[in-house]
Amino acid sequence: MPSLRDFRTRIKSLQSTQKICKAMKAVATARMAKAQVAVTAARPYARQIHEVLGRLSQAAGDVKHPLLAVREPKKVCYIVITADRGLCGGFNSNVLRTVLREVAAHPDAALVAVGRKARNFFRFRRMPMEAEFTGLGEDIKFAFARQITKVPIEKYAAGEYDAVYVVYSKFVNILVQQPTVVKILPVDPPSEQAGQEEKKKGPEPLYIFEPSAEAVLYNLLPKYIETVIFHALLESKAGEHSARMTAMEGATKNTEDMIGRTTLRMNRVRQEGITKELLDIVGGAAALE
Amino acid sequence: MSERRQRIQVVTPERVVYDADASFVVVPGAEGDLGILPNHAPLITMLKSGPMRIRRGDRELRYVIAGGIIKVKDNRIIILTGAAEEPSGIDQERARAARERAERRLTAQRPDIDFERARAALMCAVARLRADTSPHRR
Repeated sequence: MPSLRDFRTRIKSLQSTQKICKAMKAVATARMAKAQVAVTAARPYARQIHEVLGRLSQAAGDVKHPLLAVREPKKVCYIVITADRGLCGGFNSNVLRTVLREVAAHPDAALVAVGRKARNFFRFRRMPMEAEFTGLGEDIKFAFARQITKVPIEKYAAGEYDAVYVVYSKFVNILVQQPTVVKILPVDPPSEQAGQEEKKKGPEPLYIFEPSAEAVLYNLLPKYIETVIFHALLESKAGEHSARMTAMEGATKNTEDMIGRTTLRMNRVRQEGITKELLDIVGGAAALE
Repeated sequence: MSERRQRIQVVTPERVVYDADASFVVVPGAEGDLGILPNHAPLITMLKSGPMRIRRGDRELRYVIAGGIIKVKDNRIIILTGAAEEPSGIDQERARAARERAERRLTAQRPDIDFERARAALMCAVARLRADTSPHRR
C-alpha cells in the first residue's frame, strides 16, 4: 500500500514530465512552422527544374545519357531518410518498416542512411551501409542534398546500381506523414505532363538551346536528382516536427489523465486513513465508558 | 503593340531571390555574357558562375550567381541557380578562403579529386571576389 507521501512524489514527477512534454510540443510547433516555410520556399525551383527538364527531353529526343539508361533492376540502392531524433511517434519506424519490406524483395540492396535513426537501425541489424549522413540540423542546405546524391549518381552512371530509390516520409498534412518510395534513377523525364500542359496553351514555341538541348540536359540531370532529394529532406524535416508535435500533444494529455487518476487514488487512501483514525477514536471512547 | 517589360525570377533551391519586372538583364552565359531585352526569343541555356545585372528603370541590381540555367519565354525570364548573392552580402574572407582551397585542389593532381567540381568552385570564388572589388560601372 503506497503511503500518501509516495503519491505526492509520484504526482510531482508526473507534473514535471507533463511540463517537458508541453515544452517539447511548443518547440516542435515552432520548428514545424519554419520547416513548412522552407518547403514552400523551395517549391518554385523544383517546379521550374521539372518543367525545363520536360521541355529539354522533348527537344533532345532519344538521348543516351548514363542517368537515363534503363536497366534490369538487379542491384538496387535505397536512400533512406529519417530523423536524427526520436520521440516523434511512428515517424521513423514507419519509414524503416517500409525499407525492410523493400529490402526483402531486393536482398542485396545497397543502403544509404540519412539521419541518426536510420543509421542506428541498420547498424543494429548489421545491415551494411554504402554511406551514412547524420546531424542534419534544422537548417537544411542544398549542398547537403548534393553530398548525399554524389555517390549514388556516380555508381549508377558506372553501372553498379541499376536503380536508385529514396524512401522518406512524405508530408501530406500536419496529421499525416506517408512513408513513400520514389524512384530517382533512372530519371523518368517528365515529358508527358509538360506535354499536357502545353496542349492547353497551344503549340510550343521553338526554343533556342545553347549550346544544344543535349548539353543542357546533361548539365541539368544531376541537379534535378539533387532537387528531388533536397525536397525529400525538407518534407521529412517538416513531417518529423509535426509528428513530434502530435506525439507530444498525446503525451501531455496522457500525463494529465495519469495525474487525475493518481490524485483520485491518493484521496481514497487519505480518506481511508481518516476513517480508520475516526474508528480508533470512537472505539477508544467506547472502551472508556 | 509590343510590351516593353519582362518579368524576371531568380530562383535558388532554397528560395526565390528576386521576382520583379526588369527592362534589361545581363547574365553570364556558358558561351559568353548574354544581354536580354524584352521580347526575346524563347531560349534555354546554361549559365556559368559570375556576376549578373538586372536593370529596372534607372536602378541596377547586381547579383553573383553560382552557375545554373536560364529560361526565357514570353517575356518571362527564369534563372535557376545554385546560389545568388548580392555583392554587398559576400564575405570577402570566406570567398578568398574558398578560392585558395579550390586552387590547392586543382594543383594537387590527386585522382580522387573531382576536377570539374573544383574548377567550378574556383570560378565561383573568383566571381564572388571580383564582384565586390570591381567598381560599379554604369
